[in-house]
Amino acid sequence: MIKVDNLHKYFGRLEVLKGVNTEIKAGEVVVILGPSGSGKSTLLRCLNLLEKPTSGKIWVDGQEVTHPKVNIYKVREEIGMVFQQFNLYPHLTVLKNIALAPIKVRQKSKEEADSIALQLLDRVGLSEKALSYPRQLSGGQQQRVAIARAMAMQPKVMLFDEPTSALDPEMISEVLNVMKDLASEGITMVCVTHEMGFAREVADRVLFIDGGVIVEEGRPSEIFNNPKSERTQLFLSKIL
Amino acid sequence: MFDFEMLWSNFPYLLKGAVVSLQVTVFSIIFGIILGLFVALGRLSGARIIRFVCAAFVEFIRGTPLLVQIYIVYFALPQLGVQLDPIPAGVLAIGINSGAYNSEIFRGGIQSIDKGQTEAARSQGMTYWQTMRYVILPQALRRIIPPLGNEFVTLIKDSSLVSIMSVHELTFRAKLVAARTYNYFTMYIGTAIIYFIMTFITSKLLGLLERRLRISD
Repeated sequence: MIKVDNLHKYFGRLEVLKGVNTEIKAGEVVVILGPSGSGKSTLLRCLNLLEKPTSGKIWVDGQEVTHPKVNIYKVREEIGMVFQQFNLYPHLTVLKNIALAPIKVRQKSKEEADSIALQLLDRVGLSEKALSYPRQLSGGQQQRVAIARAMAMQPKVMLFDEPTSALDPEMISEVLNVMKDLASEGITMVCVTHEMGFAREVADRVLFIDGGVIVEEGRPSEIFNNPKSERTQLFLSKIL
Repeated sequence: MFDFEMLWSNFPYLLKGAVVSLQVTVFSIIFGIILGLFVALGRLSGARIIRFVCAAFVEFIRGTPLLVQIYIVYFALPQLGVQLDPIPAGVLAIGINSGAYNSEIFRGGIQSIDKGQTEAARSQGMTYWQTMRYVILPQALRRIIPPLGNEFVTLIKDSSLVSIMSVHELTFRAKLVAARTYNYFTMYIGTAIIYFIMTFITSKLLGLLERRLRISD
């Protein structure tokens, strides 16, 4: 589903990604771990071209998205993203937040988009909030709406960029539960998160990134119980 | 000194001029808003040359007197073969001038919207224009309206400058009556009061609108 080949990313002179290679299969749930500044968010943001890779190639669903002639908008339609700060549209109701892109980008009728939105709201357990504005919701509720908004485009891949890092502790589980629900449906997911419980329980594979490269990858049980690299061991010893 | 009778007898005549003043103002502000939006987007553009041209335009317009700009449009352009009637010339000059100031207002408003909003919209496949139209501008507008209202009030006053092209707006008519009656004191104080009433009502209405926006926020 996703293939990354020798990806490099510079911010000015700072090299954040130093040659990342990986492949993610359809339906796989991959969790990216790593210390802050390791480049994990940048890697995620390169996948939907919110950051422009300096060099290297990325394929999503068989299409090379780093090709100079690629339609970047079409690529993004197929890749949903959930952000740390939710980034809901504050001037729109919850329903319109979810329906906006399906109407404007996918050219769906308002009725169809609304019905998709209501179905998704039901799925994330927020049907009664359809006509509320984002500021009237708690952080956990906002993030669930943000997940519904991304899903409304019926993407082939979902990217999660530290989706629970801005949440109060008591709201983390409601968001993780929605994510687990998605994972069980077989959607391809790539998550940057510090939630080790989620990684252990849901991930098919864990990538440990440090210093702009993938230091180690494997099944969660291998990474958590038998980390091979010293850097992985050090990182895990600090957070577990 | 102040001859109320005389002002009153000329009031309908002046009022017609005030209507012309407001027309010039309204057309100028519409033109200025459209121009200002494009210049603001140009200044936020990724292309360095567009950014430079737009910034140079803003600096030049803000660094030269509006009166001279009107002279350029009305007296200098005809020498290049571009002949405009006084009112269109005035609207063009004032609109360009206002556009430069508006662009800074728009730019500030657009930049004040969190970057995450753009990223969210883009991540869903929206184009630049869709992102602006449906996500950024509706939010920026709430922050843009108050300073834009001040600009509107400024333009009501600046419209008096078109009197130099013999446009029969408020100031020009006051000048005519004053020259005829020699009662400069009455005519210009009276005219000032009419301008003040227009600007005062306008800013009160804008204040109302602003409060409305805040409530719906």
